[in-house]
Amino acid sequence: MTAKQRRFAEIVLTIASPILLLLIWELISRSGRIDQRFWPAPSSLWDTTRTMVQDEDLFGEIWLTLERILAGFAMGAVPGIIIGLLMGISWPIRAFLMPIATAIYAIPKIALLPLVLIALGTGEMARWVIVALSIFFVVALSTMGGVLALDPIFTDVARNFGGNRWTLFRTVALPGSTPAIFTGLRLALGFALIVVVGTEFVRPNGGVGSLIWESYSILSIKKMYVGLIVTALMGWLLVLGLDLIERLVVPWRRAL
Amino acid sequence: MTVAVANESGTVDDREVVTDPPLVRIRGLGRVFETAAGPVTAVRAIDLDIRRREFLAIVGPSGCGKTTLLRMIAGLETPTSGRIETGSAAADRPVNAMVFQGHSVFPWMTVRQNAEYGLAIRGAGKPERAGIVDSLLETVGLIEFSRAYPHQLSEGMRQRVAIARALAVDPDLLLMDEPFGSLDEQTRFILQDEVLRIWGETQKTVIVVTHSIDEALTLADRVIVMTAHPGAIKDVVDVPLARPRDQATLRSDPEFGRLFGRIWDSLRSEVLEARAASGSPR
Repeated sequence: MTAKQRRFAEIVLTIASPILLLLIWELISRSGRIDQRFWPAPSSLWDTTRTMVQDEDLFGEIWLTLERILAGFAMGAVPGIIIGLLMGISWPIRAFLMPIATAIYAIPKIALLPLVLIALGTGEMARWVIVALSIFFVVALSTMGGVLALDPIFTDVARNFGGNRWTLFRTVALPGSTPAIFTGLRLALGFALIVVVGTEFVRPNGGVGSLIWESYSILSIKKMYVGLIVTALMGWLLVLGLDLIERLVVPWRRAL
Repeated sequence: MTVAVANESGTVDDREVVTDPPLVRIRGLGRVFETAAGPVTAVRAIDLDIRRREFLAIVGPSGCGKTTLLRMIAGLETPTSGRIETGSAAADRPVNAMVFQGHSVFPWMTVRQNAEYGLAIRGAGKPERAGIVDSLLETVGLIEFSRAYPHQLSEGMRQRVAIARALAVDPDLLLMDEPFGSLDEQTRFILQDEVLRIWGETQKTVIVVTHSIDEALTLADRVIVMTAHPGAIKDVVDVPLARPRDQATLRSDPEFGRLFGRIWDSLRSEVLEARAASGSPR
């Protein structure tokens, strides 16, 4: 099999799995053996989707959720990368922050929502902060791990040429840890989506999570399904976007 | 430098002879590492003069401290006793550059960026860097790969990049720590030839640490044999083999065999001792 054929086969297989899943769902639903009110066929969701786009501003809800994810993601990821790099480079900073980081890392961050609401009120900021909190530690720890995993030989090379600490950071620690940073960011993106939808369940105020929860509450099951599918697509596209950015930022990584 | 020279009749003549001072003068050099099990002496009582334009090889059993010695000369390790005097480098250039053992080429930089690395740290401008590195990449045969990343290259090509990177800063002293240890024999021969050619062209002073007697004889003017743990100088063997050298002629030279035998005789007991100390089967 040539590389080209393999690439083609890969694409076909990638597309095949969701189509197959939808097909099975469709067949089971149409067979009439399950209650179509709760398990509607995917094809029957099409009209619902159209109505939601035309009459109910589905894209507005998507945009609102996306905004929350991206704002919280940025607020958590940027400090996470910075603190993670510092923890990787400096052992005193690592020794000082490590106990806090590992302890808080283990708490399901959504459990902190009441605290955040008390501190920040019920506005958008509270949602961003809870997302930021929930991803900060995974990004920081992953980044730190990336720095620590670097072969000390690279440090020796920089020192041998007379490089100072800043050189070491700029030319070794930062570029060398980018693959680990992206691993952390990919995990973080998943967390962010979960937490945003979670907060939209708990405190519905627009967004795809609210749409799912409220549709369920009024037994508007088809709308709920549309919300679920939209959430899945959003997660998929976000990861795809991140992969694209990684390919631009880390061109030196072995092709997978 | 003044030295007293004995004349033919055996009496000391007070005539002054000017000789080239050594590039590096090492006196009583030692390194003790503090470990959980107590202090461990890695290297002890090294006295060594490294002459200008000399190609020096250091051989010794595994773990004899030869890499520690090289790292002390490079300034990457601080001696716990003795001193190293390196002289006469212009202030803006490092006295030495090292070709490290294993994968030392930065995977996140292209071949060109890697080769320019030392120059960039020194603050050389882009045009200056390009000029120097272009000709070096030409020399090591990697000019067509200047935009490639290390993962796209073979092991031997990566080590060529490391050599180019070290030479780019025009060091007075080139240090090589097992530079070809991870390469297959044929690639090693090719790279040894290249190092000899480059050395012939640039007249650099080179110290190579190796576990291969064969490599030491192929490259060096002088071979230092080290004792097993702790590392000290056991023997110094001059290698008067004609230059320029090539792999085939060298190996058919009876002198090569004689020198090999002499060094192996010296080294053998040390290797056995090192293995006994580390608990490996003999």
